[in-house]
Amino acid sequence: MSNILKAEDISKQYRLGLVGTGTLSDDLKRWWYKMQGKEDPFLKVGGINDRSIKAVEDYVWALRDINFEVKQGEVLGIIGKNGAGKSTLLKILSRVTAPTTGSIKTKGRIASLLEVGTGFHAELTGRENIFMNGAVLGMTKADIKNKLDEIIDFSGCEKYIDTPVKRYSSGMTVRLGFAVAAHLEPEILVIDEVLAVGDAEFQKKAIGKIQNLSSGEGRTVIFVSHDLSAVSTITEKTIVLGNGEIIAFEETNKAIAVYSKADRDQNIYTQEPANSSPSVTKVKILTSEGGTIQRNRGELTIEFEINMPAANMQNLGLSFQILNHLQTPILYDYIFDIYTPFCRLKGKNVLSFTYDELLLYKGNYSLKVHLADTKSRIKFQEIDCCSFQVEMIGQKEPEWGWQKNVCQYLDKGRWRI
Amino acid sequence: MTEENQDWLYEITPKRKLIDLNFGEIWRYRDLLILFVKRNIVTVYKQTILGPLWYFIQPLFTAITFTLVFNKIANVPTGEVPPFLFNLTGITAWNYFAQCLTGTSSTFQANAGIFGKVYFPRVIMPLSNVITNLFKFGIQMGVLLIAYLYAVASGIEIEPNINLLLFPVYIIMMAFMGLGLGMIISAFTTKYRDLSVLVGFATSLLLYISAVPYPLAEVEKEMPEYAWIVQYNPLTHIIEGFRFMILDTGIFSWYGFLYTLFISIFLFLTGLIVFNRTEKNFIDTV
Repeated sequence: MSNILKAEDISKQYRLGLVGTGTLSDDLKRWWYKMQGKEDPFLKVGGINDRSIKAVEDYVWALRDINFEVKQGEVLGIIGKNGAGKSTLLKILSRVTAPTTGSIKTKGRIASLLEVGTGFHAELTGRENIFMNGAVLGMTKADIKNKLDEIIDFSGCEKYIDTPVKRYSSGMTVRLGFAVAAHLEPEILVIDEVLAVGDAEFQKKAIGKIQNLSSGEGRTVIFVSHDLSAVSTITEKTIVLGNGEIIAFEETNKAIAVYSKADRDQNIYTQEPANSSPSVTKVKILTSEGGTIQRNRGELTIEFEINMPAANMQNLGLSFQILNHLQTPILYDYIFDIYTPFCRLKGKNVLSFTYDELLLYKGNYSLKVHLADTKSRIKFQEIDCCSFQVEMIGQKEPEWGWQKNVCQYLDKGRWRI
Repeated sequence: MTEENQDWLYEITPKRKLIDLNFGEIWRYRDLLILFVKRNIVTVYKQTILGPLWYFIQPLFTAITFTLVFNKIANVPTGEVPPFLFNLTGITAWNYFAQCLTGTSSTFQANAGIFGKVYFPRVIMPLSNVITNLFKFGIQMGVLLIAYLYAVASGIEIEPNINLLLFPVYIIMMAFMGLGLGMIISAFTTKYRDLSVLVGFATSLLLYISAVPYPLAEVEKEMPEYAWIVQYNPLTHIIEGFRFMILDTGIFSWYGFLYTLFISIFLFLTGLIVFNRTEKNFIDTV
């Protein structure tokens, strides 16, 4: 199949800080260089887009040298952490803003669903808003008229269709908005986090519709989400963005693995102690195989080092979750000072938790650690750390079993024949 | 087939040509334009008791106020024409311009939400604003007509003159000027908010140097040294010309008419260029 969309060297530069007096002088400088036929002086500067480090430059590259191609009928996923550049890329794709350099060539109309219900006017009825929203998204009145019944039916809001949208629940607004967009028939549909709001039934319907758009009607879908589970069920290939650059552009499962390992591929986490509040200064996992590989049914120990600003502090609560590669919590455990006093010394306190036989199925997992005060409910810390990989070491793998994503948890039990 | 030969539908690029108005695209979005106009008209007075009556009330009361302040207290003469009718005519024309201007000048800020999410030709927004105002203007012309007929019925001798044929040109000039100026301001307010503060009171002050509540001849007679401010203001020629064709009062010169026509076309084109250059990246700065 041929390419329907091609992005070449897309970069986007933003100015940090306030848009104020500095902009006028920079604008004048830019203009002056342009008058002399020189290149924009600010294109050469610009720091890498990492929000956690202190900025030294005034300009930042939200996206840098993005190249990719999408084939017709393909469903492409885009994942990345907050601030990785996902939304910027989507904005450029949907022509809301222009790239600083580079170009995107497309053979079809791109319609975006950056947020459903765009152009909805609270005072207008559902029916009027279908026309409004459809027109905003580029449909003609005749198109919408033809599909009106289908749209109303899909939204499941028939009863309220002649009621102003301001009386709708948020779920109903999303349903209606998605219903319009799903019947758009653009060659390329861009979807961003729209499924988060609807209920389970509607999400299923929406995912089905997206799949149908691509496989049944040969439309191209670009799907951006934090919900790795949705990405993994809908998309074939996925781009992983990190700090404005493409980290991986691969088959979705591989891309998700890259994403989940992205910056916590260590089995140890350390941090400087906080001054005034309790803080986790070290988390270390001791896997059965050492390093980051854990054997199914092997022993796993998690060590915590907690720094206390004072002695005899009460009500501390430490908990952790083990997340799978889709960031879904699988296991959970905790220790509360009110039941089991711990960390009563000033300074470093060490404790550990051990699973004698960890029954997790093979796959990539990581930890999420919470430290809080159980009485005042103040959360001191929430840490994502320590990724590890569970493998079926020493267990024979017949070709019809042990497949990826068949399960997450493997308990003991027995068949009776 | 090599990459170069593939026929791409369109390309998203950083730079844009000086005038890059895609009329085909605007035409494709004509349904949206109509819907926006409808929405603007329908939703403004939803949940109000008087509804569209507000369209009548605003010019009527302004005309009454002007009549009391300028004609009864300040004794500004309006010739043969009753002061109320004189003011109502000026205000009707002025309102159309002023509303086109203020509506257009907030285009980017007021629509940042929708502009930030989907693409459609941005110029649809100011266009819908101008058409909506044209509708309001039509209603207010109706009010003027009633007042006019009432004055004729009560024996006042007024009649329009041949210049009435220029009526559509005046409407276009007002729209162009409001639109052009508004688009320039809207483009600049995305970065520099100062202008949006200015627009509010500037338009209300502009009214006084545009010969709305007084005839041009009066300012030339009473304050000849400052009259040039009013004379060079193209809006004066619109208001004065508008009254001239309807009430056959005041000064009309082809020189002033052509001057105003030129300025309005110039402003409109400049506005379009500036607007077009802004629309691509405004969402980053607004």
